[in-house]
Amino acid sequence: MKQEKTMLDLYEELLELNFTDLKEVPQLTANRREFLKLFGTGILILIAAPDAWAYQEGGRRRPQLPDDFNAFLRIGEDGKVTGFTGKIEMGQGAITSLAQTLAEELDVPLDWVEMVMGDTDLCPWDMGTFGSMTTRFFGPPFRAAAAEAKAVLIEMAAEKLGTAKEQLSTSDGAVVDRQTGKRVTYAELVEGKKVLRRLDGKAEVEKPSVFTIVGKPVLRSDSVEKVTGKAKFSADLREPGMLYARILRPPAHDAKLLNADLSKARQIEGVLIVEKPDLIAVLHENPDIADEALAAIQARFDEPSSKINDQTIFDHLLSVAPEGEVVAEGGTPESMPAESDEVVEHTYLDGYVAHATMEPHAALAKIDGEKVTIWASTQTPFRLKDEAASALGIPAENVRVRPPFVGGGFGGKSYNQQAVEAVRLAQAAGKPVMVSWTREEEFFYDTFRPAAVVKIKGATDSSGRITLWDYGVYFAGQRGSQQFYNIPNHRTTAFGSGWTAGPGTHPFKTGAWRAPSNNTNTFARESHIDTLAARAGMDPVEFRLKNLSDEKMKRVLKAAAERFGWTPAKAPSGRGYGVALGIDAGTYVALIAEVGVEKNTGRVSVKRVVCAQDMGLCVNPEGSTIQIEGCITMGLGYALSEEVRFEGGKVKDLNFDTYKIPRFSWVPQIESVILDAKDDPPQGGGEPAIICIGAIVANAIFDATGARLFEMPMTADRVKKALERI
Amino acid sequence: MKKTIEFMLNGEAVSLSVLPSRSLLSVLRQDLELTGSKYGCGKGLCGACTVLVDGNTMRSCRVSIESVAGKKVLTIEGLAPAGDLHPLQQAFVEEDALQCGYCTPGMIMQAYGVLLKDPQITREEVIRRMEGNLCRCGAHKRILQAVEKAAAVMREGR
Repeated sequence: MKQEKTMLDLYEELLELNFTDLKEVPQLTANRREFLKLFGTGILILIAAPDAWAYQEGGRRRPQLPDDFNAFLRIGEDGKVTGFTGKIEMGQGAITSLAQTLAEELDVPLDWVEMVMGDTDLCPWDMGTFGSMTTRFFGPPFRAAAAEAKAVLIEMAAEKLGTAKEQLSTSDGAVVDRQTGKRVTYAELVEGKKVLRRLDGKAEVEKPSVFTIVGKPVLRSDSVEKVTGKAKFSADLREPGMLYARILRPPAHDAKLLNADLSKARQIEGVLIVEKPDLIAVLHENPDIADEALAAIQARFDEPSSKINDQTIFDHLLSVAPEGEVVAEGGTPESMPAESDEVVEHTYLDGYVAHATMEPHAALAKIDGEKVTIWASTQTPFRLKDEAASALGIPAENVRVRPPFVGGGFGGKSYNQQAVEAVRLAQAAGKPVMVSWTREEEFFYDTFRPAAVVKIKGATDSSGRITLWDYGVYFAGQRGSQQFYNIPNHRTTAFGSGWTAGPGTHPFKTGAWRAPSNNTNTFARESHIDTLAARAGMDPVEFRLKNLSDEKMKRVLKAAAERFGWTPAKAPSGRGYGVALGIDAGTYVALIAEVGVEKNTGRVSVKRVVCAQDMGLCVNPEGSTIQIEGCITMGLGYALSEEVRFEGGKVKDLNFDTYKIPRFSWVPQIESVILDAKDDPPQGGGEPAIICIGAIVANAIFDATGARLFEMPMTADRVKKALERI
Repeated sequence: MKKTIEFMLNGEAVSLSVLPSRSLLSVLRQDLELTGSKYGCGKGLCGACTVLVDGNTMRSCRVSIESVAGKKVLTIEGLAPAGDLHPLQQAFVEEDALQCGYCTPGMIMQAYGVLLKDPQITREEVIRRMEGNLCRCGAHKRILQAVEKAAAVMREGR
């Protein structure tokens, strides 16, 4: 069991990696595990994608992880192409962009390509789907593997047709002799053959200039299933004899069960009760009767007396913060700036935010002899495989995790509590068991984005150059904390980690939330930059351009300003314009918003948002644009309304009546500019645009009214109070 | 305790012996194995379980099976004949109006109910009538585009 524990600890660390600056592709050297049991005839190319498990902050390697390949490509006897990866599809569209990459390189129609994702028996090990890594780390190797497969097909065709390889090219699923016009299809070539290759990266990939599929807008490949209601999510699956479980839950985190009277629940016909020291559940073949049985349990809990709530949490966090770790430093940040420089110091606050995916966590577990199968809404199927094995005390090989469609993740489905519950109950019940959380359980057990505090000290000289930047982040985490302006004296310090903070820090579990750490850090940094610009009497765009030396960032900012139609003015100009910049998952973003503020109520409406981004090679512009729109819309929630209110371990917001997420009427006019950078490697697209939303809204409120907001979310109440302080 | 309930489901007569207090959503998903309607909140707050009852949009998690006796229920599975797409479904595909797809059946049924009542509807009114359907991926902009596109097709089709 010891080994599994180490493995789970490792997953915990991996989730916290800072992936922002990963650009190089290292070679992996670990030993290969035999992984060919499902490979029949055809061409198989093994791929070692540089997934983040090869990295740690500071460049440490993790060589002990299993498998030396983490994806593969198969061309079957029917000539169809299948890509296998442990990543999952949860709405981000990787199922389409990866297929596009393969179709492009192999010259086959897009609908000949199928992606098999996340099945732990069919796909090689993978750490999980997060960090905007799928296209970034798997796109290029899949492309190279396809090029390798194409080279193999051409070799085979040369032999079959008796022509020189140089005379052959590929088109529409066949190899063609350019001189004679003779054709031989991939299916004919592959028939009865078995070719195994390991990707060595030597095959030549197509140049971006000749792309016909990559870089072109493509509609999602899974949409017909999704619009007809046929797409199966975990809670939609059925197994013969299955039971639905309801689990006795505490009223507050850290509450202890004193006693539970199960006698009434026991009297309900057909109810099975599972009673373990840490798990009491009622099961029935009909979920409504399981509900009824749960309601019949009379339980008493001892609730902890913690007084921390959503108002006092920030003082609490500052009081328990550990020693700081310097993330970046330059010049002499401890020295006082020159007398002419004005030091501006502020503290920024950000509350807990829920993932609130539309699909609550669900899992169906089945135990058949030694073999355990789990269908679960999870972003980390391989982590679940280990967790389930550990919970049952069985070897991990006996566990198969099969993620169906996942109804949104955003980091919230990286932990697998519901699936471990399901598999334990299936073992106890001797039947397949479904655990599907209610919305209230979903809010209670969500791993919230951690509440955090950021303290910044900055100064400018009389010419508007930033001379000092001293940045301290408490418990948001490091991703996005480093500033990218040209500042002679700067220091970034992280006090406490993002969400692996020690006991006594947060009153409940916290975890990764779309672009973890970066939403809080970008809100604080870009708000403060705006404050410095206003003090210097400069236009916020000009001030940023003056203080940037990074050409890529300048280009992105200029592109956003141009699309927006920005004209220089010192804030507050009354126009309600706000700009912010950031870097996430290797992608550079600049966003500009126009807002309206109702001065008597403090209500903010976001009218228009422009986003410009440089994400390197953009595989699917349609998919990337959709991700930008999704980021902007979702980001309005954490900026304007979303916060988890609590008292001690009791979560107060347990459904959508009080936890307010963006709705149709909130959606602004959205315009996206994806800069042409197709010769650069692809970077992340699922998260970057969300990081600037807090700051563009705060900066636009200031521009509209002169009131500066230092705390997210910027609710009408908080805006009104800020207006009264002017 | 159980009662025989008869109603029309997607154009076909259904007769079930069920506990009358159970929700329509539960009966659809468990007894009839129509899992297109989704559980999202259990309180009529998110719209993922939206179906039509006698032409009116309803949150099926808040409707008892007893209350639909003798009525016509339409779910996402019955919106178009098998193998075919309704103009709304077609428009959702063409406009890429979905990401994870979990809210999608409810969105489409809500939009269908709205357009059925008023095919000439303005965008402002569509927004007002769709406001109670939640989407977390942020597909709202494209959902509105899809509804407008489908509205035009449906107007012509009439």
